[in-house]
Amino acid sequence: MSNEILNLNLIEIAHLISTGEITSLQATQITLDAIEKHNPNINAYLSVFNEQAIEQAKKVDAKIASKQTIGPLAGVPIAVKDNMCTAFGTTTCASKILENFHSPYNATVIEKLLAADAVIVGKTNLDEFAMGSSTENSGFAQTKNPWDTQRVPGGSSGGSAAAVAARMCYAALGSDTGGSIRQPASFCGIVGLKPTYGRVSRYGLVAYGSSLDQIGPMTRTVGDAALMMNVIAGHDERDSTSVNADLAPVADYKADLCGQIKNLKIGIVTKFNEGATPDVCGAIKDAIAVYKSMGAEIIEIDMPHFDYSIATYYIVATAEASSNLARYDGVHYGYRNKDADELVAMYSKSRAEGFGQEVKRRIMLGTYVLSSGYYDAYYLKALKVRNLIRSDYTNAFEKCDCIMMPVAPSTAFKFGEKTADPLQMYLSDIYTIAANLAGVPGISIPCGYDSQNLPIGLQIFTPAFTEHKMLKIAAMYEKNTNFPKLPEMK
Amino acid sequence: MNNKIDENTVRKVAKLSRLALADNEIHEFTAQLSAVLEYIEKLKELNTDAVEPLAHCLPVKNVFRPDEVRDSLGTDKALANAPQRDENHFIVPKILDEVSA
Amino acid sequence: MTKEFVVKKLVFNKLAKIMSDIKYKVIVGLEIHVQLCTKTKMFCGCALSFAQQPNSRVCPVCLGMPGSLPVMNKQAVEFSILAAMALNLEIARFTKWDRKNYYYPDLPKNYQISQYDLPISNKGYIEIPLESGQTKKIRITRAHLEEDAGKNTHTSGDYSQVDLNRAGTPLLEIVTEPDMNSAEEVRALAIELQRIVRYLGVSEADMQKGHMRFEPNINLAITKDGIEYRTPIVEVKNLNSFRTIERSIIYETQRQLDEFIETGKTLKMGNKSTRGWDDDKQMTVLQREKEEAHDYRYFPDPDLVPVVWTDEDLERIRKNLVELPIEKRKRFIDNFGLSSYDAGVLTDEKSLSDFFDEAVSAGGDPKRVCNLITQTGLKIANEKGCKVNELGFDAKALAQLAKMVEEGTIGASSANIVLAEMAATGQTPDAIAQAKNLIQKNDTAEIEAAVEAVFAENEQAVDDAKNNPKKAQKALGFLMGQAMRKTKGQGNPKLISQILNQKLGI
Repeated sequence: MSNEILNLNLIEIAHLISTGEITSLQATQITLDAIEKHNPNINAYLSVFNEQAIEQAKKVDAKIASKQTIGPLAGVPIAVKDNMCTAFGTTTCASKILENFHSPYNATVIEKLLAADAVIVGKTNLDEFAMGSSTENSGFAQTKNPWDTQRVPGGSSGGSAAAVAARMCYAALGSDTGGSIRQPASFCGIVGLKPTYGRVSRYGLVAYGSSLDQIGPMTRTVGDAALMMNVIAGHDERDSTSVNADLAPVADYKADLCGQIKNLKIGIVTKFNEGATPDVCGAIKDAIAVYKSMGAEIIEIDMPHFDYSIATYYIVATAEASSNLARYDGVHYGYRNKDADELVAMYSKSRAEGFGQEVKRRIMLGTYVLSSGYYDAYYLKALKVRNLIRSDYTNAFEKCDCIMMPVAPSTAFKFGEKTADPLQMYLSDIYTIAANLAGVPGISIPCGYDSQNLPIGLQIFTPAFTEHKMLKIAAMYEKNTNFPKLPEMK
Repeated sequence: MNNKIDENTVRKVAKLSRLALADNEIHEFTAQLSAVLEYIEKLKELNTDAVEPLAHCLPVKNVFRPDEVRDSLGTDKALANAPQRDENHFIVPKILDEVSA
Repeated sequence: MTKEFVVKKLVFNKLAKIMSDIKYKVIVGLEIHVQLCTKTKMFCGCALSFAQQPNSRVCPVCLGMPGSLPVMNKQAVEFSILAAMALNLEIARFTKWDRKNYYYPDLPKNYQISQYDLPISNKGYIEIPLESGQTKKIRITRAHLEEDAGKNTHTSGDYSQVDLNRAGTPLLEIVTEPDMNSAEEVRALAIELQRIVRYLGVSEADMQKGHMRFEPNINLAITKDGIEYRTPIVEVKNLNSFRTIERSIIYETQRQLDEFIETGKTLKMGNKSTRGWDDDKQMTVLQREKEEAHDYRYFPDPDLVPVVWTDEDLERIRKNLVELPIEKRKRFIDNFGLSSYDAGVLTDEKSLSDFFDEAVSAGGDPKRVCNLITQTGLKIANEKGCKVNELGFDAKALAQLAKMVEEGTIGASSANIVLAEMAATGQTPDAIAQAKNLIQKNDTAEIEAAVEAVFAENEQAVDDAKNNPKKAQKALGFLMGQAMRKTKGQGNPKLISQILNQKLGI
């Protein structure tokens, strides 16, 4: 019984709770039990709010019992990545430097989840400050891929992806700066959506690369992602970079899922699809064939600057990060080295001891590219190439409705496989990074499994602020295939 | 421009970043950052003379807030996370270098 | 004066005699920070504060808490545009925000949100009044908007205290060209700028409260043996009054001259230094600088979006521009014939100059109104600790009083008594003059009768006045006094004097 409940998707469980067929307390308790059982092995969560979740579940149940109006996520256990500020518990970003940090406020997305009557069960693991592609850079724990615990769940939202795949929650929020939602979604066989930059408020999301960061849903189905988008999308007066309704109205993403897009034109870049492992290549080809069978037209497009996206990204993102992470200095909050008897030493020791290696590496790179004499050669150049990358998308979307490609060149890799060589790890972000630089939305949906039964993701891009269309295209595939399946949890 | 970064520069950057790095870290970062910087040289292949830099993907401008007072946190909440404090202040070790701003 | 300074001066005097052809000119440019008087901070809703409990007026944004984001205060941006317009600056149609990165405990994010290559405004000037009565235009390079830092207090122990109440306060930074050539000019600019921002209502501009901070960049152009040398530029910090600004420039002029004579050191790339003003010792003291202090790694702040102005926006803001003090001063001199000094006094504060203008438009003679304000009004206001326009009477009443003097209804000295009473009671000048019996007699027949009576009683004096040149002046004064007494002090002195002269035939 409890497994049946755990295996329900978000829309199903929300429906059952809202109609009183099961209580939020039941669903929450079963979820907390699953966390208790699986988390010691999977390490998806950094913190779990047992008592608070139970209390919230009871509150929602009471609301339902007394027939009050309830939100679209009423009573459903949801997880959030631990780089989103919560006025309860800690917000650590999986960094020792914020190990005991208690945010005095809730991120806007947290307020929105609570306003939707969701039950926030815990906060999930990540690469420290969202810097990484495997969650191996967490300062606290190694999250394992529920499909194969010898392998990484992807990153940086690896905890959220693992929690959703392992049924330790019904949906989770992740954040995506260069693929951090889509790549772990792909590695864990779930749906991950990175919205258009400006679609979801960043207020309360601990910044990594501010011009690239977006919060998005990680779910087991496309419909679930649409429902989550209904809750979190929209303008926020506290985030100057969130777009208001005049410019781009928020759609009813869930309602828009019905029906098919006729004469869908799919743009592909053949050489990209061939750049991945044979298993991934095959799965992408098959997925595109499914669309063809639904009447879609495949158009070869050219994205000449795509290949420069990693170089561009590692300038822009690290430059912003070097400045964003300057505030962790042991003065106002966070870890402090108590031995230093002088300010500069205190700063330098606190930061050196509080940050992990990858974070330090990126701060160093970002500081370097911004420093006197190098700005034009690196940062300014990167901003110009960024413009070219964006025009690749703009030009492509003149010819097609959407672009499809793999999410990652391979399926989930083994722990330690890429940690020795940071550049090799960076290069594995090739398919996801350009969307962040261009600000366009992207989604990863499960589209098959490799020879080792590891999930493969299909990535779909549509123009800025057309998430409704992107979800609809994703749903077309989902409806016509048997995916997704879920990893067995013992 | 030389695309490799030397240990001396790495030390300077560490200082600018306020990171007290051990010698082995300096050594390691020098090699790793050199590799990354060499990779980044790739961008030089592109002629961007006629391209505008793109700092923002958004078509957004003039985002203001009215000049209206909102509640502040107050001293207790403001200092709640402070690693070291006295009654009303954050406390830091003595500042040897007076000039900064 | 310190011992060291005295010794140096002696050395200089000796050397100066040897090199008698040495000439020098001081060159000063200013960096000025003006705190805008918005209700809230630049990027968050915390109220601006002065002398509040430390760290009480702070929120996640101005504390630089993880995840917090800035949102521009519209009023602050518009205030800065208004000030820029008053300083004749070109307003940029496109302006953006940049981060200036450096570590300091009073800067919670360890970067300051500021403007680097695209400030709100460029290229303007400020016209300053000089003691000579002339004015001088000082060019302004640029003005940009930024957020203030908090405050560090260096305690006696091994620790410093950090208070972030001030962090995030909107600041307008104004940078001038090095166009000032004396301490007097710098002082004049400082005072004129204070007047301007107060006229506009964009800053309280209180030096003591740190609303205005001046950092002069000082060096000398020295001509020796026909060759011109420039001394290294010194930036002076910690100046918290107009007096210290002036003194620091005088001090630096001497110090740099001494240093040049002793060392011959001249301006080079990278030899600019920073010195702090020590108010106890009345001297500047060298401050040590970090080697990488100037690598601020500016880059566009990705958390904020650009500001783009349309003609309509700028016209709307321009409507809040007022007549500037220097324009007013010129108008008061040119149109009303006031002295440069009086015009300066009247235009020192906008409220006073407006009050004066109002009284003049209500029919008051400008000079009489000016005299009433400067002789009595300001004194009473000063005693009461308020402004002249807050004394309890309006400009129309002041104009009426001026008219009464003009028409001879009351005497000039009585007018000051009436003004004091107006401030005390708020009654009309007419009522006060009546009640206090200060109305002058202007009835010619009555005065003639009084004069004749005085003549009859003082024949000797009349004779002296007419015929004794040696005693005539004294006699005339005596007769005048007697006639005043006859009219119980209410006779219009002008009229009495006129009748006296007429009857004496002189």
